[in-house]
Amino acid sequence: MRINCPHCGTRPVEEFTFNGDASVQRPASNDPKTMDQWFDYVYLRDNPKGRFDEYVHHSSGCRAWLVVTRDTQTHEVFGVVTARDHAKKRVKA
Amino acid sequence: MTGFRLAKGGLVDRSTALNFQFDGKVFSGLAGDTLASALIANDVHLMGRSFKYHRPRGVISAGSSEPNALVELREGPRKEANTRATMIELYDGLVAKSQNRWPSLDLDVGALNSIVSAMFVAGFYYKTFMWPKSFWEKIYEPIIRKAAGLGVASKEADPDKYEKAYAHCDLMVVGSGPTGLMAALAAARSGARVILADESAALGGSLLNENEEIGGQSGGDWAAGVIAELASMSNVTLMPRTTIFGWYDDNIFGAVERVNDHVLEPSPYEPRQRYWRIMAKRAVMAAGAEERPIVFGGNDVPGVMLAFAMRTYANRYAAAAGKSVVVFTNNNSGYRTARDMKAHGVHVEAIIDSRKESLADASGVRVLRGGMITNVTGGKRVTGVELADHRGISCDAVAMSGGWSPIVNLMYHRGAKPKWDERIAGFVPTNVGEAFVAAGSAAGKMLLSECLADGARAGTLKGKTPAIPKCRDEAFAVTPLWWVKGSAGKAFVDYQNDSTAKDLPLAAQEGYRDIELAKRYTTAGMATDQGKLGNVNAIAILAEATGRTMDQVGTTTFRPYYTPVSFGAIAGPFVGHHFQPVRKTPLHEWAEEQGAVFVETGLWMRSSWFPQKREDWLASASREVLATRERVGLCDVSTLGKIDVQGNDAAEFLNRLYCNTFSTLDVGKARYGLMLREDGIVFDDGTTSRLAADHFLMTTTTANAARVMSHMEFCHQAHWHDLDVQYVSVTEQWAQMAIAGPKARTTLQKIVDGATLDDASFPYLAAKEISILGGMTARLFRISFSGEHAYELAVPADYGNMVARSIMQAGEEFGITPYGIEALSIMRIEKGHVAGGELNGTTTAGDLGLGKMMSSKKDYIGRMMAAREGLMDKNRQSVVGIRPSDARDKIRAGSHLLKKDDAPSMAADQGYISSVAWSPMLNMWLGLALLANGRERHGEVVKIFDGVRNIHMYGVICDPMHYDRENKKLHV
Amino acid sequence: MKYSVFSLLKSTLSGHKKWPPAWRDPQPKKDYDVIIIGGGGHGLATAYYLAKVHGISNVAVLEKSWLGSGNVGRNTTIIRSNYMLPGNNPFYEWSMKLWEGLEQDFNFNAMVSQRGVLNLCHSDPQRDAFARRGNAMRIDGVDAELLDTEAVRDMYPFLDFNNARFPIKGGILQRRGGTVRHDAVAWGYARGADSRGVDIIQNCEVTGIKTVKGKVAGVQTNRGFIGCKKLGLAAAGNSSEVAAMAGLKLPIESHVLQAFVSEGLKPYIDGVVTFGAGHFYVSQSDKGGLVFGGDIDGYNSYARRGNLPMVEHVIEAGVAMIPGLARVRVLRSWGGVMDMSMDGSPIIDKTSIDGLYLNAGWCYGGFKATPASGWCFAHTIANNEPHKLNAAYRLDRFRRGYMIDEKGQGATPNLH
Repeated sequence: MRINCPHCGTRPVEEFTFNGDASVQRPASNDPKTMDQWFDYVYLRDNPKGRFDEYVHHSSGCRAWLVVTRDTQTHEVFGVVTARDHAKKRVKA
Repeated sequence: MTGFRLAKGGLVDRSTALNFQFDGKVFSGLAGDTLASALIANDVHLMGRSFKYHRPRGVISAGSSEPNALVELREGPRKEANTRATMIELYDGLVAKSQNRWPSLDLDVGALNSIVSAMFVAGFYYKTFMWPKSFWEKIYEPIIRKAAGLGVASKEADPDKYEKAYAHCDLMVVGSGPTGLMAALAAARSGARVILADESAALGGSLLNENEEIGGQSGGDWAAGVIAELASMSNVTLMPRTTIFGWYDDNIFGAVERVNDHVLEPSPYEPRQRYWRIMAKRAVMAAGAEERPIVFGGNDVPGVMLAFAMRTYANRYAAAAGKSVVVFTNNNSGYRTARDMKAHGVHVEAIIDSRKESLADASGVRVLRGGMITNVTGGKRVTGVELADHRGISCDAVAMSGGWSPIVNLMYHRGAKPKWDERIAGFVPTNVGEAFVAAGSAAGKMLLSECLADGARAGTLKGKTPAIPKCRDEAFAVTPLWWVKGSAGKAFVDYQNDSTAKDLPLAAQEGYRDIELAKRYTTAGMATDQGKLGNVNAIAILAEATGRTMDQVGTTTFRPYYTPVSFGAIAGPFVGHHFQPVRKTPLHEWAEEQGAVFVETGLWMRSSWFPQKREDWLASASREVLATRERVGLCDVSTLGKIDVQGNDAAEFLNRLYCNTFSTLDVGKARYGLMLREDGIVFDDGTTSRLAADHFLMTTTTANAARVMSHMEFCHQAHWHDLDVQYVSVTEQWAQMAIAGPKARTTLQKIVDGATLDDASFPYLAAKEISILGGMTARLFRISFSGEHAYELAVPADYGNMVARSIMQAGEEFGITPYGIEALSIMRIEKGHVAGGELNGTTTAGDLGLGKMMSSKKDYIGRMMAAREGLMDKNRQSVVGIRPSDARDKIRAGSHLLKKDDAPSMAADQGYISSVAWSPMLNMWLGLALLANGRERHGEVVKIFDGVRNIHMYGVICDPMHYDRENKKLHV
Repeated sequence: MKYSVFSLLKSTLSGHKKWPPAWRDPQPKKDYDVIIIGGGGHGLATAYYLAKVHGISNVAVLEKSWLGSGNVGRNTTIIRSNYMLPGNNPFYEWSMKLWEGLEQDFNFNAMVSQRGVLNLCHSDPQRDAFARRGNAMRIDGVDAELLDTEAVRDMYPFLDFNNARFPIKGGILQRRGGTVRHDAVAWGYARGADSRGVDIIQNCEVTGIKTVKGKVAGVQTNRGFIGCKKLGLAAAGNSSEVAAMAGLKLPIESHVLQAFVSEGLKPYIDGVVTFGAGHFYVSQSDKGGLVFGGDIDGYNSYARRGNLPMVEHVIEAGVAMIPGLARVRVLRSWGGVMDMSMDGSPIIDKTSIDGLYLNAGWCYGGFKATPASGWCFAHTIANNEPHKLNAAYRLDRFRRGYMIDEKGQGATPNLH
């Protein structure tokens, strides 16, 4: 498997560290009433078979966190953006 | 013909005789031989014994799929088990031994298994050996284990070297026969970067073995011309002796190149093998097709071999498999063998063609149409065959051909399955995408002209397809014959594993109908050839037994490795001391000068203790502690993670990362910080100093340095990208040393330029840039892990050794002593500071006695989850001090704790001792423990359970801070 | 027919024509008392114990592919009960005890072989952690021995004691640990369950779960609707997918773990040995192949195959531990899909849906747990309440903060 890092180009998978589902979002509030949201964020996962957005760290490269869209059955990579751009886009949405 | 070496022909070099040994006997072969061909030329057919019945076995194939002729090659630390005699290039001085026999290949006691073989059907062992219960490990299994297995592997370190390499190309071609050569040529002429790989020593594939005619010349000559053209092109890499063993995501191929397996010993400057990762934009599968055996009685008697193999031995190696041969075939391949053998002067008794009709050219050899061989006579060598009509024919070798299977294994390593093609009676590839395509006979195109055209098509990436040379085609016609039903004697499907034709219907009868279940129950297809020869026959027999079609039964799963790959090749140079890199601190040289004993800590080598004379570690560490606590000590703490954090939002960033607050920290001061994971458990700790309003220097534990950095990057980029903050790891940039003890200040003062290190200008927790040694910029932190009046001094890494030496010199008059991490550990345990034993990824801030650090005024990582019931439970284990009730006793880390009067049980378990040390200050062993509701239990006597060392005693729970509870020494 | 040396002899005389099928190939009935989704080790064991211990035999096991085609058919066959935490240790020790009597119990030789499991340590902190683990075992009567370097050398002199990057400083040995012929476990349970009336239905894929008013009613399958009163999910690797059919979201990610076997060798290594300075462990099967593995590839995956970086890492560690392996050849590698849970421990529990039970989250430790998992899951289904052995494996432990985290890695599934 290879990943096309927006900064470094296509690099082999061992340069990257995976950190799971990028669709979850850290809740903004510390109100105890938001505990369910926090629990969902920290523990529950859709774990889809197929297309999946995931956090990937270019840990042995430019050190950028990326959001990679990848198929969990075929491992085909559909797209890569930086986590920063992903977060910005999410704020807009 | 002298003996079995043909007088003419072949690609062997008759002027170069090579001596070799097989089972202690000396033979002579020729350069260009394989071990198998050389043995055949010496009339040796008995080359091995089978797995279960220990049947005598000879060579079946002439290639990498060989299941029978496996030998132990070489001796001593270079000995390798299970090496295919068909793939061993002969070299002078070669030594090989047969396997799986005792006492000798000729007389093998294990062959007695054959006598009771009627009982040893598929799955018999699942039905017995159960009584009495204790007999399995003691009696049955040791016997089975000893009888099983194949060769004996070396247990010594391999003296040879291995390399790893990476390659990129536009087109990779797997196989260098007619298809592969045309594909490579087409791509290469268009300027593409081409890799052409073939498992054989010589490129040319089947053209080296067969009598073909291409473009008005022999197949071999045509191939030589193409190879010469390819070799002359700078965009082409030819890789003979290279097996592509697996296909991985993104069209990455794993390959192993046997650089020096064909010599006695590699030169010291070359690897034995080289492992490749090949990144190919496109790849062509041009590995041809594999001939299949027919399943008939005695199809394993030495002298029975594949028709293709028999003519390969004759055509390429000038070795005759016999003087009088019989051919058994269901397709035209057998005719080719008969013709070639006859041309070489070998007598061909008959072609037994299972088909009622055939138009193939027998070249005058007697053809028995509709014939079947039901049995082969002979034990260790063929003496004849018996036919279904009870006729017998004497012969000393049998060639068989059950049809051809396209070699497409690699294309199914990523999950696709092939489909059955009735036309060629073989499984052919389905579409697995444009990046990897099959061509030629690998794609089921069985005529030479088709192969040439298909190869050219597959290799044309752009521009014109090269002209296809004219050639002569051998018609391809096959009528399946899987299993000769009336066979006398055993008819083998999987040779090496001794799976017979009867095993598969029995498996189906017992419910193991799925091909995957039948495979596991009968072991057919699980041998070292991974079913290359036998699987299609097994599928057909199972299909018939269960009334299904070939497609309904389907294949088992194809997986790497196409042929087995040595561990050494895949490991490359990363073995022994080079398994992982070594990290040395900037003070390593200084520590060496001081006689340090180093210890592996992650990748780091840390100075552990500094023994004098014949001190053991404990004497040395104790002396180092006493010296530090009484005078002054110097310790290398450079391995701590150091992260430089800058920006307008640096303080806010740290506030969110740590559970305590950093925005209130004054410039020029340091503060201890505690970081949680998002699940509320403690992640890491360390001091962070504020060097300017917008500039902090964090430290992390040695173990977590990399993870903390990744965590910060994640939090910033994924959660808080709007924060104006930059940070970088500076662990490697700074040498850092602790100077601790009552004389630390006086010692340091001697090397500090100008400034006075008094409590007013440099109080506890001060953190400032200073100048030392007449102008060197350094950072000084008044922090203490030892509990002494102490400093950590950081200097640019390259100055580390020099500065340490200067401090040693400055402290000499006070008796300065270097101390290592053993002494450091003793002192932190005396002081009750938590470290790795307590920061173990399951403890909360509260467990560590640091609950008050958790701010309630801000958001930070872990805040919400830390509030869960289970993390606040008062019965959680929390950090306490522990001492033995009898001060003479030694407590040990890892001991568990019980209430004083409780008997041992998991239910009664109260916790465990996480860290221990011999305290030279208190003259006893003491430790830290995690104890249920521990903070409420100071003073309680507990039972210390150390079952693994069988030492039990009592201990007293106390405050974690064993020494200088008032922290007076910090301010001495 | 009872399997024994006598029945084998008798059948030999009649040319093995009379062996009956080990299990029937039944058509699904209209409804069952209990349906188990997943015909792997855990599902089949659950059905076996439902019938044998609880007398519930109107049970169907639905398997989307062939029997035992999941992780019971693709693991590295190790059994051990060397766990540290109170939630785990008694459960795994019960599993070990069931292994010890299993073959006689279900009349199938699964080659349970207690040749010992040795974990190597390479540093003082690692040895302390092993002592803690060993004492957690010993405190409950489970066997564990802490070995020093010399004792390890006596057992396995061919490990790297000379040139190692991380010297071997000792190890922890559980002599009762060992290996089992993995496929035979599925077959033995299947045959035992079938003979007690359980329907094992292969090639039957569940496509939906039907609930009525918060209660399970049955499953949609590629062979039609099948009704049931209780439904157990035992589809590790695919737990999230199956649970999603009932609207449940789990604290689980699916990851691929590769495993390997070498060519057959004469006896090389007797027991199981795990490397403490890299991801590698090895044992030798009765057939002679070295069976070995390492860590998960690290990325979420439902593909039963991995990639080269982990292959290289595992094999580098293998040669680092046993230098002689350099000239041994690896024959085959494969991948299995793991339910990686958020604390590295499994879930055996009821769910928020009446009649729906969950057995999931086994990470890469499911094989050794097979007997106890089936036994406890059967108990949980039969009594609508967990047994005390699986009481800690509650689904709500994450919400409540009672994680069972042996490795201390937190909610990061790929680090467990």
